[in-house]
Amino acid sequence: MAEQAITGWRKWAEDIGEQCVFFARFFRNIFAGGFEWSEFVRQCYEIGYRSMMLVGITSFIMGLVLIVQLRPSIVALGAESMLPKTLAVSFIREIGPVITAIICAGKIASSIGAELGSMKVNEQIDAMEVSGANPLQYLVVTRILATSLMVPLLAVIGDVIGLFGGFLALNITDSISLPLYFHKCIASLDFSDFLPAVVKTIFFGFAIGFVGCYKGYHSNKGTESVGIAANSAVVTASLWIFVIDAIAVQITSLLFYK
Amino acid sequence: MKATNENISPKKPASTQKDEVVIHAKGIKVGFVDNEVLKNITFDLKRGENMVVLGKSGSGKSVTIQCIVGLLKPDAGDLTVFGENVAEMNDDELKQLRMKIGFLFQSGALYDSMTVRENLEFPLTRVLKLNDQQEIDKRVEEVLDGVGLLDAIDKLPSDLSGGMRKRVGLARTLIVKPEIMLYDEPTTGLDPITSREISELILNMQKKYKTSSIIITHDMECARITADRIVVMDDGEYIAEGSYKELQKSDNKIVKSFFSETI
Ligand SMILES: Nc1ncnc2c1ncn2[C@@H]1O[C@H](COP(=O)(O)OP(=O)(O)OP(=O)(O)O)[C@@H](O)[C@H]1O
Ligand SMILES: [Mg+2]
Repeated sequence: MAEQAITGWRKWAEDIGEQCVFFARFFRNIFAGGFEWSEFVRQCYEIGYRSMMLVGITSFIMGLVLIVQLRPSIVALGAESMLPKTLAVSFIREIGPVITAIICAGKIASSIGAELGSMKVNEQIDAMEVSGANPLQYLVVTRILATSLMVPLLAVIGDVIGLFGGFLALNITDSISLPLYFHKCIASLDFSDFLPAVVKTIFFGFAIGFVGCYKGYHSNKGTESVGIAANSAVVTASLWIFVIDAIAVQITSLLFYK
Repeated sequence: MKATNENISPKKPASTQKDEVVIHAKGIKVGFVDNEVLKNITFDLKRGENMVVLGKSGSGKSVTIQCIVGLLKPDAGDLTVFGENVAEMNDDELKQLRMKIGFLFQSGALYDSMTVRENLEFPLTRVLKLNDQQEIDKRVEEVLDGVGLLDAIDKLPSDLSGGMRKRVGLARTLIVKPEIMLYDEPTTGLDPITSREISELILNMQKKYKTSSIIITHDMECARITADRIVVMDDGEYIAEGSYKELQKSDNKIVKSFFSETI
């Protein structure tokens, strides 16, 4: 029993060490020269454009559902006119970024994990390395930077679509014009609502790309490891998103919400 | 006086010396968690020589050549390539070394998100850093023609058969004109005609570019065509060495079993 626990801990510690090394290598390779622009753009397209539909639909439904759910309690308080503000603040600060990130963890982290995992299994990564090319620069740097850029963008798009969903839900019962609705939303928002939310999505994006790449790049050789890599990429990335969210809320409340 | 003496017998630069050793391995040991794969591997590969390695599955043939390119580190022993110790190289030195070595993977290892053309361009643009598109196209077409797959140039690896993939893999390693070639089972899974063509291609490469090669194979026909020297490997050690004719006459049971099918 004790022995098992010790080997378990040792493996865990080794894994952390390996992740640190991987992070350092990633960082060194950003500035190593010969940045792969075309691959970076391709990844941005793959990651950003192809997730837009999914993020849009989920955000739309979230906005709609939230208004429907919030309405009775807010109406009971007699603060019906506060509905746009309530939605805007909760969506921009928290729900939009986290929903987008979780969706992206499911879609992007898993596909990066599976793609790099199968490249590892089929010896493609070894082949790249052996040819004298730099697989880290071509495969990892581009993907991590692309997720760090695209997830914040997707989150902003998701925010807008989510607020629009809220507008439609609100319009079923109360009639409010679109310009007035968005005016109310934006007026209720502050710089301190927007900036921390965007900054945290950059970290979400980084975590998604990093975990996906790490799990894929370090998967074992064997067909079942592709599935394992994809699966553990999703689980780990989702976990990281909540951890980062918890840390981010502490920092923002210290800095902004006094 | 001294100066004239030196002029009379100028030293040849190392790279043109005839019996120059390009890979020197002595007492290589490699072990994984609980099995020792290579126990004591010792050999020299000379410039322009084709060395064939025979051995049953799992005997550590692939592991040996992975050590040569620095994918794996030996636990003990000396391994020098072009006179430099592989285990002590830093990333840059390793990269320089790898540019001179071609490695054909057992599976071909094509990048499956890229077309055949992009696969072949990859080492040219990323490793040799060529950017003259005409020159790149010319080299791609030339080498692809060499393996007889010019009409598959715009296909994706998933649309190719196993044998075609292997030939493209071969083309991708040959395109940078390496000084040392490491072939991991170049003919396995191919029909006899294509196998023979590949074997002859290996031989041509050796003649044309003075490449030194290590060829891992189970295919005795390939061994017969390409080998200057054959070593037989069993359980992490070399148990026999010699030319094809010499080994044919060997009394060793394992050696015999390789040569028995080919009377
Ligand atoms: N990365 C690795 N980790 C752990 N064990 C390994 C690794 N690579 C190879 N081995 C083990 O080393 C042994 C030799 O493997 P190797 O691939 O060299 O065999 P081989 O002689 O090339 O066989 P084949 O003809 O089937 O390709 C095998 O038992 C294999 O399980
Ligand atoms: Mg092998």
